[in-house]
Amino acid sequence: MDRLEYTAFGQTIHRCVLPNGLTIYVDVRPEYARQFAFFATRYGGMDLRFRDGDGEWLDTPAGVAHFLEHKTFDTQDGNALQIMAANGTDPNAFTSWAMTGYFFDGVRGFEENLRTLLSFVSVPWFTPESVDKEQGIIAQEIRMYEDDPADEAYSRLLEAMYVHHPIRTKVAGTVESISQITADTLYQCHRAFYRPGNMVLCAAGNIDPRRVADIAREVLPDAPSSAVTSDRGQPEPAEVGERYTRRIMPVSIPLFALGFKGTPAPAGEGLRQRLVGELVCDVLFSTSAPLYNRLYEQGLLNSSLGSYYSAVPGCAWIMAEGESRDPERVRDEVLKEAARLAAEGIDPALWDRLKNAAYGAMVRHLNSMEDTCMELAEAHFKGEDYLSFPQVFQSIERADGEALLRTWCTEERMSLSVIAPEE
Amino acid sequence: MQEYWRRLADGVELSVNQTGKFKTGLLGVTLTIPLSAGTATAGALIPEVLSRGSRNHPSMEQLSAATDALYGASLGPVVRQRGESQCVSFLCSLIDDRYALDGSAVLEPAAALMGEVLLDPVKEDGAFRREYVASEGANLADRIHARVNDKRSWALFRLIQEMCAGEPYAVDKLGDAEEARSMGPEKLWAGYQALLAGAKVNFYYGGTAQPERVEDAVRRSFGPLLTGRTAPVHCWVEDRPRGPVRTVTDAMDVTQGKLAMGFRTGGITMASGSYPALLVLNALYGGSANSRLFVNVREKMSLCYYASSILDKIKGLMVVSSGVEFAQFDRAQEAILAQLEAVRRGEFTREELTAAALTVGGSLRGRLDSQGQLEDDRLTRLLFHSASEGVELIQAVESVTADQVVEAAQRLELDTVYRLTGKEGG
Repeated sequence: MDRLEYTAFGQTIHRCVLPNGLTIYVDVRPEYARQFAFFATRYGGMDLRFRDGDGEWLDTPAGVAHFLEHKTFDTQDGNALQIMAANGTDPNAFTSWAMTGYFFDGVRGFEENLRTLLSFVSVPWFTPESVDKEQGIIAQEIRMYEDDPADEAYSRLLEAMYVHHPIRTKVAGTVESISQITADTLYQCHRAFYRPGNMVLCAAGNIDPRRVADIAREVLPDAPSSAVTSDRGQPEPAEVGERYTRRIMPVSIPLFALGFKGTPAPAGEGLRQRLVGELVCDVLFSTSAPLYNRLYEQGLLNSSLGSYYSAVPGCAWIMAEGESRDPERVRDEVLKEAARLAAEGIDPALWDRLKNAAYGAMVRHLNSMEDTCMELAEAHFKGEDYLSFPQVFQSIERADGEALLRTWCTEERMSLSVIAPEE
Repeated sequence: MQEYWRRLADGVELSVNQTGKFKTGLLGVTLTIPLSAGTATAGALIPEVLSRGSRNHPSMEQLSAATDALYGASLGPVVRQRGESQCVSFLCSLIDDRYALDGSAVLEPAAALMGEVLLDPVKEDGAFRREYVASEGANLADRIHARVNDKRSWALFRLIQEMCAGEPYAVDKLGDAEEARSMGPEKLWAGYQALLAGAKVNFYYGGTAQPERVEDAVRRSFGPLLTGRTAPVHCWVEDRPRGPVRTVTDAMDVTQGKLAMGFRTGGITMASGSYPALLVLNALYGGSANSRLFVNVREKMSLCYYASSILDKIKGLMVVSSGVEFAQFDRAQEAILAQLEAVRRGEFTREELTAAALTVGGSLRGRLDSQGQLEDDRLTRLLFHSASEGVELIQAVESVTADQVVEAAQRLELDTVYRLTGKEGG
C-alpha cells in the first residue's frame, strides 16, 4: 500500500488499487475506540439513463438508485442490517445525486463486519415480493420528505435552476415513479454500477490497512470490468430556468433557498472551485459578512441561515437557505451586494480572515472519521485528493473569489425558492 | 485520555479530558439553573444577546472577526435541558495549537474572548443594549414557533408537554414566545445578574493542553464567576403514571401521521442499579436496527416508516416515536404495544439480548471518539448522580441477564399517547 503523508495536520493515509479496479483508502487512528468503513459506488439519483460499455442505452425510473440502496441490504439468508446489528454494529446507507454509500461503525469485530459489508453490497438478491413490499416503505419515506419544508425548498430550488439535468428529479423519486421498479430493474442497475472499478472503499480507526486490502481481495470478484456511462441530458444553459418558485405549507415563518447556478469546474479543478465557492459563500452569508450582519440587524435574517457550495458531474452552484419574514427582499439585497463586490472588490482583511477561518474549519472536519472517509470517497470519484486542501488554499487569491462573484452571482443565474405559510 | 477535575469555588468546577486524539480542543462554560417557567425565557435569551457583542467587540461582525482570526474558533451559545435543569453554555471548538499555521497559542485568546462575551457585554443605560434585546427576543420567538416545522420532533415535544404537564420537565427550555418578544433590557439584565450569581458553573476542556494551563486560562478569563454559590440541581422522577392512559390528537396539514407514546420507567434512572438493564431493554425494544420495533413493526409489518424508542435517563422516561399512515394509527399502536408485551413475557432470544447489549456497549465506547459527546457526558455526570459510569457501566451492560430485561420491561408503564393526524378526516 502507498503511504500518503499530510504533515500540515499530522495525517497519514494508506492507499492502494486492486487488480479489479477498486481503490482503497485507510486512515489509521490508533487512539480511536470505533472503527468505520464506507463502501460507495459512483451511482446516484441522477444516473437515470446509462449504458454498460458499448451496450444499449437504458432508461430507468426516478428513484432507482435509492430503492436499490434499500434492497441491497437483503441477502439470500436474510438481511445484512440485522446480521450486523446482531454484532452490535450500526450499519447504514445513503443515496445522493452522484453516490450511493454503505457504512458501518462499531467497536469490535471489524474484520467480520467488513466482510459482511463488502459481501452484501456486491452480491445482489432481489425478489418480486420484497420489491413490492419495499414500495410501501419508500412511499412512506417520500411522503415524509414532502412534509419537510426545508427539503421541499431545496428540491424546488434545483428544479427551478436547472432546465435539463437530471438533478431536477428527487433522489427518492415519486410514489408513481417507484411503482415502475421491478426486481429486474434493480439487477440491471446493480450489474452496471456495483462493480469494483466503479467503487471505492474507505476505512478508518485502529485498524491494519493491509488486512483491509486482503479482505477486499477475498470477498470481491477479481476480474476488472468495463466502464459505465451516464447520460445527463442536453447541455445546461448558463441561466436558470425559473427565477422564482413558491409553495404554501404549514410553517411558522417563510423558509427560503436561494441559489446561484455556476459553471462546473474543469477536470482537476473541483477542489479549488469548492474552496473558492465556499469562501464566496462566507463573504456573502457568514456571520463575518457585512451583508449578513446588515440583514440580521434589520430582522430580515436570523441565525438559521446556512450557505453551501455543491457540485455533481455537470452542475455546480452556491446557495443559502434559511428563514426570513421577507425572502424576496433578501434576494434583492443579495443581488445588490454581489454587484457591489464584483465592482469594488472584496475587503482584503475580510478575505484573509475568512481564509484563516475556513482552514480551521477543514482541520476540525478531520476529527470525524465519517466525514474524512466520505470526503475521500467523493474526491476520489472526481479524480481529486481531498487532503491536498492546504496547498490549494495557499494558491487561492482574492481575485478568484471576485471572478466567481462576477460570473455566477447575477440575476440571470439566480433562483429563489420560497415555502410560505398561508396568509 | 486523562481525566482531571477540580473545584475552583463552591459550585464552580473545572473538568479536563486531556487527549491528543483530536485535531481541535473544546472549551466550554455551562451555567445550570432549575428549569422553571419564570426564568426559562431569560435563560435562553441571555446567551443570544451576549453573542451580539461585548464591550471590546460590540457587534456580531467584530466578534466574528475575532473568532475568524483564531482559525475560525466556533464560539456559540447552546441551551440544553438536562432533566429539570436548564444548562446555558458557551462552547468553543478551537484548532489545536499544533496545527495553527503560524504556530501561535489559540487556547488563551479563545478563553479570553469567551470570558469577555459571557462577562463583559456591551451596555446601554446600565443594562443590555435595547436593540439587541428586541431583535434577539424576536428571533427566539421565531425559533419557538418554528418547532412546529419539523413534525417528527414536534410530535415528541407535544407528547412531553401533555404527559408531563405541571412538572418542570415540560417547561420549554427556550421559554415562552410572547415573553421573549416583549422582554425589556432591564428585566433581562436582572435575569443575567441572577444567572451569574446563582447558577452552578462547570468549565470543561478537552484537548492536548495541560490541565494547569487550562486552569490558568480559566482563572484569568472568568475571574468574576469564580465565587462560591449554592445552586440546586435536582429532577423529580415520577415512578408511574398518575392516572389511566391519555390520548391526545392534533390535526395539521400533513401527508404522514406521527404517533408518539410516552412511558414512565417505574423510577429507573441513571442513578439506579437497574439502569444497565433499562439501556439493554431500550436497545432490544426500539433503540437499534435489530430492535423489535424496527424488525417487526417497520420491516415485517410495514406499519411505520420509522419506529424507535429513546430514553431520558435523568427523568426516567421512555418515548416511542413513529411515522404512520393515517389509516394505520390503531394497528401501529397495537403492534408497538404487543412487542413490549412480548418482551415483558420474556419472549426474546439469547441472540437478541446479546446484540442489544453489544449495541449499547458499542455506542457507550464510541462516545469517547467525539469531542461534543465527551463534554455532554461529563456535564451530565457532574450534575446528576450515576450508579456507574465508563468501563464499569459498559461491563454492567454486557452482563445484563434476560430476567433483568424482563423486570425492567415490566416496570414500564404507558402514560400518554400523542397522535398528529391530517386535516379533513385524513
